[in-house]
Amino acid sequence: MVPFAGWDMPVQYPLGMLKEHLHCRTAAGLFDVSHMGQLILEGEDILAQIEKIMPGDFIDMQPGQMKYSFLLNEEGGVIDDLIVTRPIGEDDKVYIVVNASGREVDVAHIQKHLPDVKIMLLDRALLALQGPTAAKVLSHFCDAPKKLSFMTADKFQIYGIGECFIGRSGYTGEDGFEISVPNDTVEKFSRELLKYEDVQFIGLGARDSLRLEAGLCLYGHDLDEQTSPVEAALVWAIGKHRRAEGGFIGSEKIQKQLASNGINRKRIGIRPNGRALAREQTIVQDEHANPIGIITSGGFGPSTAGPVCMGYVNVDHAQIGTQVFLLVRGKPLPAQIVPLPFVPHRYIKKG
Amino acid sequence: MSELRYTKDHEWARIENDITICGISDYAQNALGDVVYVELPDAGRIVKAGEQIAIVESSKVASDVYAPMDGIITAVNDTLSSNPGLVNEAPTGQGWFLKIKFSDAAQYAALMDEKSYTDYTKGLHE
Repeated sequence: MVPFAGWDMPVQYPLGMLKEHLHCRTAAGLFDVSHMGQLILEGEDILAQIEKIMPGDFIDMQPGQMKYSFLLNEEGGVIDDLIVTRPIGEDDKVYIVVNASGREVDVAHIQKHLPDVKIMLLDRALLALQGPTAAKVLSHFCDAPKKLSFMTADKFQIYGIGECFIGRSGYTGEDGFEISVPNDTVEKFSRELLKYEDVQFIGLGARDSLRLEAGLCLYGHDLDEQTSPVEAALVWAIGKHRRAEGGFIGSEKIQKQLASNGINRKRIGIRPNGRALAREQTIVQDEHANPIGIITSGGFGPSTAGPVCMGYVNVDHAQIGTQVFLLVRGKPLPAQIVPLPFVPHRYIKKG
Repeated sequence: MSELRYTKDHEWARIENDITICGISDYAQNALGDVVYVELPDAGRIVKAGEQIAIVESSKVASDVYAPMDGIITAVNDTLSSNPGLVNEAPTGQGWFLKIKFSDAAQYAALMDEKSYTDYTKGLHE
């Protein structure tokens, strides 16, 4: 067990990181992500209100729709990244899942800028069931797999467990579900899920390699208050109207960055040519040994069977195919700028 | 072949004539977790006991491996570059790291035997 943002969490279960990772890509992995903060924001015109503090296109959201977004500071830096859900049948509310480390910071920030909005921190557990057979397993408990497509959510009754709030989303690049469960039945539900041969518990270690292969950011590593979503290659999460119209905290900076190639560095994928791993904080150099960037997440990708990294480099070195060097234990190891993700996403979109 | 002897840094060594074969202990591979990369030195390098000669990386951490005895490296286990998992599966067998032609057999005698090493690792847990 390791301390993680104030929680004791297992790095790995008895299966071990490698096998846990591969299991999640071929069957179903169960993650206890109860450390994440589950918030309900309530207020009049709630969607319009949250557009003041986040760059997503929330007003146009359908009931049951989920959206990846972020809280930004005045400089356009990311305070936290999160998922916003517009619940079905509750027009004055949104449900937001934030990072464990962001609970207090986020709540304070939201309250400061939206004083009329009521914020509730839900005392519920959160499980993620991820992988190609996650839907098959979950269909034994409820019809969420039939009703939900990628990035939609609703409430479902699970017999003996209670009302669960389920979204078809996750942090692995696989199809999967995130399930908000009452605290007093989460252990029972976990045990019932684990009865299926397809399901194995997955620890923090494999959670990290899965999301890294999927090209997904880890807050505090790939994203922070000094990094804008434009630099982080997350412009897709900024609504089209919002880019033009602004009106959210940090929008002036973001608009400037979008208008005039106004960024110096960009998040990219890097694949080392050899097998040596390049970890977080590794310096990226050009062929003349000039520093051009830094690795923000790096390790072994079990599904790619080799080392994988993401990081930030100067925009003039950010083109796919550019040869770079990673300074590992004093030696410059050749590597290449590659597209993200390393492993294709396998989300189940609306058919 | 001789019995396994251990260093405090969790290398094992056994000797055959004037050659020592070495690797990392079962305790070490267990503590590291899944080994995903091993960096080995070139044969022909002259080394001193305690000198860093290899790197073993698991998904969790990179760790240095030290020479258990003085000598000259005569062979390295190239299989580990394509199959580093051998270090987990057979740390004291197919997962060996390298061979050193040694100059001082007394260095082997001074290493911990199985029992002392087991006691030593138990001490590390407490």
